[in-house]
Parts: sequence; structure tokens; C-alpha cells
Amino acid sequence: MINTRILKVLLSKEIALMKRNPIIPKIILIMPLMVMLVIPLVTNLDVKNVNVAVVDNDHSQLSCRIMSDMEHSVFITISSVSDSHKTALRNIENGKADVLLSIPLNYEKNLNDGNALIDVEANGVNAIKGMLGIRYVSQSVMETLAGWRQEAGITERLSEISVINRYNPTLNFRNYMIPALIVVLLIIICGFLPALNLVSEKESGTIEAMNVTPVSRLTFVLSKLIPFWIIALLVVTVGIIVGWLVYGLVPEGNIGAIYLATVLFSLVMSGLGVLIANQSSTMLQCIFVMFAFIMVFQLMSGLFTPISSMPQWAQYLTYAVPPRYFIEIMRAVYLKGATITELWLQYAALATFAASILSLAALTYKKQS
Amino acid sequence: MKDNNNTVISVRNLTKMFGSFSAVDHISFDVGRGEIFGFLGANGAGKTTAMRMLCGLSYPTSGDGFVAGCDINTQAEKIKRRIGYMSQKFSLYGNLTVMENLRLFATVYGMSDKEIKEASTHIFRNLEMVNMRDTLVKEIPVGWRQKIAFATATIHRPEVVFLDEPTGGVDPITRRKFWELIYKASSEGMTVFVTTHYLDEAEYCSRISIMVDGCIKVLDTPHELKKKYNAATMDEVFRIVAKDAKRGE
Amino acid sequence: MKCSELSPKMPREENNMAMIHSLIKKETLHILRDKRTMLITLLMPLVLLLLFGFAISTEVNDVRIVVVVENHTDRTRQIIEKLKVNEYFAFQGLTSTGEVESLLRAGKTDAALFLRDNNGMLKSQILVDASNTTSAQAITGYIEAVLHNGSATSQVLTYTLYNPQMKSAYNFVPGIMGMIFILICAIMTSVSIVREKETGTMDLLLVSPIKPLSIILGKLVPYFLLSCIILAIMLLIAYTLLGLPFSAAVVNVIVISLIYIILSLSIGLLISTIVSTQLTALIVSAVAFMLPVIMLSGMIFPVDNMPVALQCISCIIPARWYIEAMRKLMIQQLDIRFVIQEIAILLSMTIVLLTLSVKKFGSVK
Repeated sequence: MINTRILKVLLSKEIALMKRNPIIPKIILIMPLMVMLVIPLVTNLDVKNVNVAVVDNDHSQLSCRIMSDMEHSVFITISSVSDSHKTALRNIENGKADVLLSIPLNYEKNLNDGNALIDVEANGVNAIKGMLGIRYVSQSVMETLAGWRQEAGITERLSEISVINRYNPTLNFRNYMIPALIVVLLIIICGFLPALNLVSEKESGTIEAMNVTPVSRLTFVLSKLIPFWIIALLVVTVGIIVGWLVYGLVPEGNIGAIYLATVLFSLVMSGLGVLIANQSSTMLQCIFVMFAFIMVFQLMSGLFTPISSMPQWAQYLTYAVPPRYFIEIMRAVYLKGATITELWLQYAALATFAASILSLAALTYKKQS
Repeated sequence: MKDNNNTVISVRNLTKMFGSFSAVDHISFDVGRGEIFGFLGANGAGKTTAMRMLCGLSYPTSGDGFVAGCDINTQAEKIKRRIGYMSQKFSLYGNLTVMENLRLFATVYGMSDKEIKEASTHIFRNLEMVNMRDTLVKEIPVGWRQKIAFATATIHRPEVVFLDEPTGGVDPITRRKFWELIYKASSEGMTVFVTTHYLDEAEYCSRISIMVDGCIKVLDTPHELKKKYNAATMDEVFRIVAKDAKRGE
Repeated sequence: MKCSELSPKMPREENNMAMIHSLIKKETLHILRDKRTMLITLLMPLVLLLLFGFAISTEVNDVRIVVVVENHTDRTRQIIEKLKVNEYFAFQGLTSTGEVESLLRAGKTDAALFLRDNNGMLKSQILVDASNTTSAQAITGYIEAVLHNGSATSQVLTYTLYNPQMKSAYNFVPGIMGMIFILICAIMTSVSIVREKETGTMDLLLVSPIKPLSIILGKLVPYFLLSCIILAIMLLIAYTLLGLPFSAAVVNVIVISLIYIILSLSIGLLISTIVSTQLTALIVSAVAFMLPVIMLSGMIFPVDNMPVALQCISCIIPARWYIEAMRKLMIQQLDIRFVIQEIAILLSMTIVLLTLSVKKFGSVK
């Protein structure tokens, strides 16, 4: 089925065409840099600054202490202090504050009755900021209260809690995103380019000239996919180098494990591209179908939001999303130093996807109509 | 295998339907070895559809056909090894050089490096374009490109070469030169199956068929046709034959 | 006939209208004929909204946790009991110190809690897989809450405004709308105009007596209508399936969306006057518009978390203002006067881009 001499000449044709294309080499160079340099700045989900609007109805020593402790906290800024809940709420509405803290009348007096309650309300439009805002503010309040009680001589059975953040001790969100961004790069480059390549051969008519020759389908499809192995390996290398030079992030695990996954995954994506191009008659159609796939892939692969946060049915769905496995591999190898044997399930899944998509692409490539 | 060694293309009741529309409607004809067979017809008459079936690019809805001894219904891939094809749309890669295109197609047809080298040297000398060997195809004038496309389509010495409007958009002098290439190929025993718009070119063919609305209306030598319709040129013949066409322009 | 004698201008006007009409008809047929693209443009907003609404969430729950206890006391049993009943946790059982590391590494658990009761003084250590920093912080928070329970903590009550269940879906509806309209209006129109340039039919139109403005209208109106249908679908889903609170403010939402659609159409038109091949049109609209919309408009990632330089860049991205206005109107249910700035910016962008692209298109002729 595969004639290596023919495959070789077809490959040199693909590579020559790619090199001479006015846009493609630029994309291969610029895309990785853009994605690796800009997205980590943008996707920063760390909340570093929470603005708090305080409603102080107590005007007591304790309420002042709560506020001054908050001012000293790194993550919290008090943006306004007022007597009315309405004013504070307006501050939230126009975006000047993220969290509203209200201290009721006679709070200090009632503190020991157990009826005194402090309200913390967060703007939930941005769910993450809301959640973390509540956490920072309530933690700060709790610390103040604990200190206050201790000074007042109320001894409590306080427990001592220490936290160890494994694999990402500095809690740097970028360390979590960068391995996954390399995956995004491959999704875009290995997904769109082969599809566009094949459809443009269709539109220009050169594919007809190939179809009328005795070249076998598998050889022809392989000649379309193999160049993207090389490109994928290049892109991953650029990604790893940028991650190291710019963000100081190096894989804990073996780089070979990353490259093996890359080879499998690029085959999955470029095979999908060819598969879609086989079925499309125009460039627009091809791009739209591919775009739909890529959107769903990015959403369902656990890239931006954790898979474990999804409902059960959606979690089952993610098993059919190839990038899921690649992202798991990348994060585990990069941050935890996991090995191929530990991740054999993910590798096996990628290999299965690669084999089935490749055969589908070759089968649906029609030389006859 | 058809035993008649002198018939290279043989077609019986070949039909292609697109839905309820019959693009090609029960056509039958034979083409002999070394013939230059002109396949004429107005736009939309079904020429290209018929030709695509003969090249194994599309399957017939019904009917039989043999090309170079192979059945177009069952041996499409085998046919491809014995034919050459040059399409209406320009079929070389514009961003490859002349030599890269030649090497690509020759290798695909199974020629060895040595054979390719000999054949290409011969071609460049013949076409007097040694200096264009490493020029990108898209940078070469259209007339030259067509000649290279023909050379590429015949580099592996196929039994039949199919030319789909090979001289579209080319000036008369270059067309004339192109036909010299066709004659030469035919004199070396290659069968040429050519569709064309230019009726003066029809005069160069050994035999001509004129398609109207999916059917072959007439099939004979140019000389016989002119005699039969009492016409001075092929142009007149064509006008008489195609006057009641329903499809097309 | 009489009519034309009375006002000689009439027939030409009528003629022009008829031309536009036939151009619109041609383009509509063209859109309808490509069934697959059509299907995707209609299905994609639906699928995205449903995925965001029901599948995607940043909520951290079902935290898998293992516990290592040095010596069992009432206190430690109490804590384990609490973990078992707490709906945020999926308690995986007790384990040994040696096991914890390999469980975390293989991703089989999210956190481990070490407990040691030292004569009534409880010492606890939380070991959490912090690869995902956001989840790690939430998990730590949950565990701390369990440990603190019964002490000072209970005296802080927390609420979330506007988005009480912390559902991210609300947040994403405006973002998806911002993206889909760019996709349909900018990419589809630019590619369809450039395709006509490539095949040469655009030249045919341009040399005909039809005014350039009529050609533009003939191209844009069908895509405008398509976008309106999609807007209707998306609003319907948002207000029914996703349960966004419905109010009369929907009129404002529609008006601003229409401005944004026209803005996106002008972007498509502008691209088509600059580039000459479909491939470049696709790449220009994808790289120059799609990516920035997804990354910089605040669709997924809040603008105020970005570095200042990127925040400045995001100001020139129309989607940013559209999404911000939609958030205020749809999620926060604010009055229209809160979005006047956004409306003003969108309107001026529309006017500038539209005049620019129409002028450029006309000058081609």
C-alpha cells in the first residue's frame, strides 16, 4: 500500500510548497510566540486585588480593627466605607468594589452572645473572583476575631492548620496554564493547516492531477500528515524553550514523554483536519466545521475549567475529546514529573485515536466520485 | 482484457446521471491505437463528464467502458497507471519548479531516478527550455506551462493521454506548436483523446465526435463530416449539428 | 407609465431597489445552499451556550480527599464524619503517609488531610495538589471551613450577589454572543466577498451600472438577517434554558446587539477590501479578530486581571465593550444609563468603520 519512494517525493513536494507559501511559515513562527507570550498574561485567574466596600453600622473598636487588619492584607483594598448598604451596593454595581462587607449595629456588644453576624457579599458575575473574594475577606475577618478573643482572654480550642501546596508551591497559575497552552498551539496549527492545505488543493484543481495518477490513498494522506509531525515537534520545542526562558518553567518529568505524546496527538489533529477537508467542498465550510470542533475541544478538554467540576454526563463526554489526554499528560509530566508508565492509559487513548482517525481519513479520501 | 489489440478505448452505452439529469446519455464509440480523437461539444454537453469517467475519476451510472484494456467500472486504479491526463484547470503545482513537478509525477508513475533523468533531459531539449528547469511554474507564461503540463502528462509514455481543453486561453501560434507536440506523440503510437473549443483544431484530428445534450450526434473523420454536411469548414459542421442543442450557452 | 412621466426619477429608483432585491436574493440562496455551513452557524451558538450553561463550571465540588490520622480521638472522628457528610467532598477513606504521595501524583486524589491530636490541641496539615491553583485555593478553603466549624468562623455569613449559584453560564452568555457575531458577520461576509473577487464575479457586478452601495447592501443584508435569527435563538436559550432573569431590558439588549452586528459587518467589509484571497481573509479575520475576541475581550478572562498594556489593547476591541454592556444589562440587570459609555463607544466605532469600509469599497470601482 505504501510505496516509500512515492511517499518521499510527495513529502518533498509538501515541504517545498509549505516553505514557499507566503503565510504558513509565518504562522508557524508567530503563533507559538503570540500564544505563549500573551495568553499566560491574559489567562491569569489569580485574584490579587479584591476591592471591598464596607458598611460599618457598629462604629466600634472591633469594627475599626477589622478594617485596619484588612488594609494590611496583601490581597484586599478597602475602596469605600459607608453607613448605608445601598451606597455600598452601588459601588458594586458600577464595578468599584467586588465584595461588600457589612458589620451590623452593636456587633462588638453582641459578639459573645453568638448572635452577631457579619455579612460578606460578593459580586458573582465573575464567579472565580467572587469565590476567592469571599474567601480572602472572611479569612481576614476570622483572623481578626480570633486575635480579639485571645486578647479578651477567651481561650478557644484553636487548631493549628498548615497547608502544603504540592507541585506548584508558589501557587502560580501560569505553571498550570503553560503546559496546556502548548496543547492549544498544536490544536490550532495541526488542526487548521492540513485542512486548509487539502481544501486549497481541491479549489485550485491540482488534487485532480493527483487523483488521476496511480498513487494510493494511504500514501497520499500520509504525505499530507507527516509534515505536521515535523511542525508539531518544532512548535512544541519552541513552546518548551519559551516556557523555560520567559517563565522559568521546565518539565519535572522526561522530555521524551512530552515528544511521544506530541507525535501521537499531532497525528490525531492533522488526521481530523484531513477527514474534515475530505468532506468539505469549500474553504469556508471546512473552516467552520473545524472551528466548531476546536471550540468544543478547548472547552471540554479541561483546559480552562477543570473536568472534575463538570456534571457527570459531561465528564463522560470528555473521554471522547482527544486533547483531554494530551493536557493531562502535559500537566502531569510538567508539574508532577509523572512517567510514561504512570500515564499509560492516556498514551493508549491517544494512540487509539490516532490509529482510528488516520484510517478514517485514508478511507474517506475519495479518488473517485 | 479486450483481445482487439488496435482498439484502445471502447465505450458502450456509457451513462452518467446527476439526480434525474443525464449528463452523459448512452454514448458508444471506439478509439484505435495512435488515433487523435477529437471530442467536441458546446459547454455543458457532457464532454468533461464523459472524459472523467474514462480516466477513472468518476464512476459511470451505467454502461461499459474499456481503456487500455481495463474496465472503467472495476479497474479504475489500474487504468490510472496506463494513462496520462491534463486538465482544463491548470494541473501542475504553481509553487513547484518545472523539474520538481516532473520528478513528482514521474515518481508517482513508478519511474526510476535514472529514467526520470533521461526523460527530463529529453523534454527540456525538445521544448527548448533548459533554462526554465528551476523556475517556479507560476512564473512561466501560460503557453509554456501548457507544453510542460503535456510533457508531464506523457513523461511515463502512457498508452492514452487525455487532454481536457489543453489550449484554452492560448494564442494561435502557441496552439499550433502545441499541436505539433500532439502529432509527435501520436506518431510514436500514443493515443490522444482531446476535447476542445477551437473548431480549427478539430481539423487536425484523425476522427471527431460531436456531443449534443449528452449524446454523440456525429462521429467521423473531418473530411467525411464536411462532405456529409456540405460544409467548407468544421465550424459550419458544428453549427449545423449543434443548432438544436437545449443545454449550454 | 404615467407615473414615469410625472416623476422621471421614479423608474431608476425602482430599478435600483429591484437590483438590490435581486442581489439579496442571490446571496440568500447562496447561504442557504451551503447546508453544512448553515447548520454550523445555527448549531454552534446553541451547543456553546448549552456547554457553558450546563457543562462548564469553575465550581469546585466533589473534592476527592484522603485522611491520615496519627491517633484517633473524638475530635478526629468528628472531623472525618463532617468530611463524609459535607457535599463538597468525596471522602475516599483513611490511608497511610506513604500512600499519599503516589495517590496525588497519579491524580487519584485531590488533597490529603493529616490530623494529629496532641492533648486536646489539634494539629492538622493540608496537602493539596496545587497544579491548578484556583481549585487548590478553593479546596484549602473548604477544608479549613470544616476544621474551623464550631469556632469563630460560623459568625461570618457569606452571599453571592447577582449570580447566587456561582454559575459561570451567566458570565459566558455575553461572551459567546460577542464571539459568534464576529464569526458570522466578519468571517462569513469577508470570505464571501473575497470569493467573488477570486472567481471574478465581483468584477462583473462592479462594471455593471449598480451602485457600489447597492452591492454592499446586497451582500450585507442576508448576513444581517442571519445574525438576527441567531440573536433570537441565543436570547431564547439564555432566558429559558439558562434561566437568565427576563425583564423589559431585553429591548436594550437587542438594540445594542444590532449595533454590534452592524459593527461586525463593517469589519467583514473592511477585511474584504484589503485582502485578495479567501485564505488570507480567513487568517486575517481569525488572527486579527477571533483570537483577540476570545482572549482579550473579557469573554473568559476578566479584563481587570490583565497587565495594563493588554488592558489598553483590549479597549480597541469592539467585543470588549459589547460584552461589558451585555453583562451589565443581562446579568446585573442594571439600568441603561449604566451602559451609556459602552453604547457611545460602540456607536462611534460603527460609524468610523462603516464609512471607512464603504469608502474603500467604492474606491475599488
